[in-house]
Amino acid sequence: MKAFTYERADTPAAAAAALAARPGAKLVAGGTNLLDLMKLQIETPTHLIDINRLQLDRVETTPDGGLRVGALVRNTDLASDARVRKDYAVLSRALLSGASGQLRNKATTAGNLLQRTRCPYFYDTTKPCNKRTAGAGCAAMGGFTRNLAVVGVSDQCLATHPSDMAVAMRLLDAQVETVRPDGATRRIPIADFHKLPGNTPQVETALAGDEVITAVTLPRPLGGRHIYRKVRDRASYAFALVSVAAVMHPDGRGRFAFGGLAPKPWRVEAGDEQAKNGAKAVTDVVLRGATTTSQNAFKLALVERTLDSVLTEAKA
Amino acid sequence: MPMVDVNAADAAPLSPADVRDLSAAPTMDVGMTVNGRPVSVKVDTRTTLLDTLREHLQLTGSKKGCDHGQCGACTVLVNGRRINSCLTLAVMHEGDSVTTIEGLGSPEQMHPMQVAFVKHDGFQCGYCTPGQVCSAVGTLDEIKRGIPSHASADLTATQRATPDEIRERMSGNICRCGAYANILDAIQEVSRAQS
Repeated sequence: MKAFTYERADTPAAAAAALAARPGAKLVAGGTNLLDLMKLQIETPTHLIDINRLQLDRVETTPDGGLRVGALVRNTDLASDARVRKDYAVLSRALLSGASGQLRNKATTAGNLLQRTRCPYFYDTTKPCNKRTAGAGCAAMGGFTRNLAVVGVSDQCLATHPSDMAVAMRLLDAQVETVRPDGATRRIPIADFHKLPGNTPQVETALAGDEVITAVTLPRPLGGRHIYRKVRDRASYAFALVSVAAVMHPDGRGRFAFGGLAPKPWRVEAGDEQAKNGAKAVTDVVLRGATTTSQNAFKLALVERTLDSVLTEAKA
Repeated sequence: MPMVDVNAADAAPLSPADVRDLSAAPTMDVGMTVNGRPVSVKVDTRTTLLDTLREHLQLTGSKKGCDHGQCGACTVLVNGRRINSCLTLAVMHEGDSVTTIEGLGSPEQMHPMQVAFVKHDGFQCGYCTPGQVCSAVGTLDEIKRGIPSHASADLTATQRATPDEIRERMSGNICRCGAYANILDAIQEVSRAQS
């Protein structure tokens, strides 16, 4: 790990100001992903701003009947919140399908959104990666791609976004609240929060360099049956090969979002209109323009079958 | 590649430029309560909680397995919750209360979870055991507090320490000797005794 100086921020705007003041600075909250990357010298901040004391650890009901989840609410606490379990069960399920008990106790809501890809070439500093060093090249091209993305990719990056939580947040049309050093706030729809790689795989989110996430808000409950189905290489503590987040209604209407397929939580609203026509009709729309390799083409069939299983479960 | 003879008489001595000066790295004082006792320690800001416990406080029960949060050997309880002590910095724990395996029990006065691990042969080499025991104590507390898991059929029902629940909740602790079946028996026995 490279040496760094360290401070504790007292308010979100002060944290943003501290970020703006030091070009090499990074925020740390749970630290479960950042510390790992710092040990590998994939992340090399020269200054850490600890935001754990910002009092952003509450889940509150909003005036319009939704929820406002503080940026520092731990994954365990969000998954166990009585309102989330009852009205946003797909979010509880997604959170509980990710990581381990120890990690969920530490990892935060905002940190989960900001976690980096687990692409093996991003992690291997002896190989080129356009995310680590813009323009360096992508060793995943022609490499081991079984776990990598099949939609939303570019010729510069095949990485997936690894989060389960974010897939459920996308399904629920969450919004990300932020603050800047001057106190200015904004709300970023989750659909716009994560960026596709295009020619700039190193740009992963819509956040400005001095912008701090303060909360994630959820609209009013959607009702319906909530399902999060994750398919992985072992039964627990593994990233998704594919995952399906769904809210299904008794009349056959539904909405869907997908994990393990793309550089961001993947949702194609037009796919929802095919819900009554079965899994293949939905995935034909959702996977339009897919770019596969011989190693990851199986994901197209796997996600269709996983969705089929979800639709069957919803009818039961 | 030829072998390097480090004892070669003609080897050039290392120059000061070859030696990294760690004294120049930023340090900070951190105050915590560890196993019920207040401690104050000056650490390089990079020092993980695990290295602080092992190297600064001589509490070598918590183990370093992977150092990346994948194996669980470093699991300790911070303010009562189990976490991977390898993936957090000591400086992030000012004012926190940390419990390690040494704080749970001693050879003379074992914690019930330690007694159960011994009784059920819940280990072979023992390297993962301190993390397993801390994680198991945290797991049963999480079930008692009603925190659901991926294995819970009903998110809103009362949580129970069934074998499926324990297996899922303990998946962050790896045992290379494969003592899982006996670890499960040990945790279930403690769970039954508590209920």
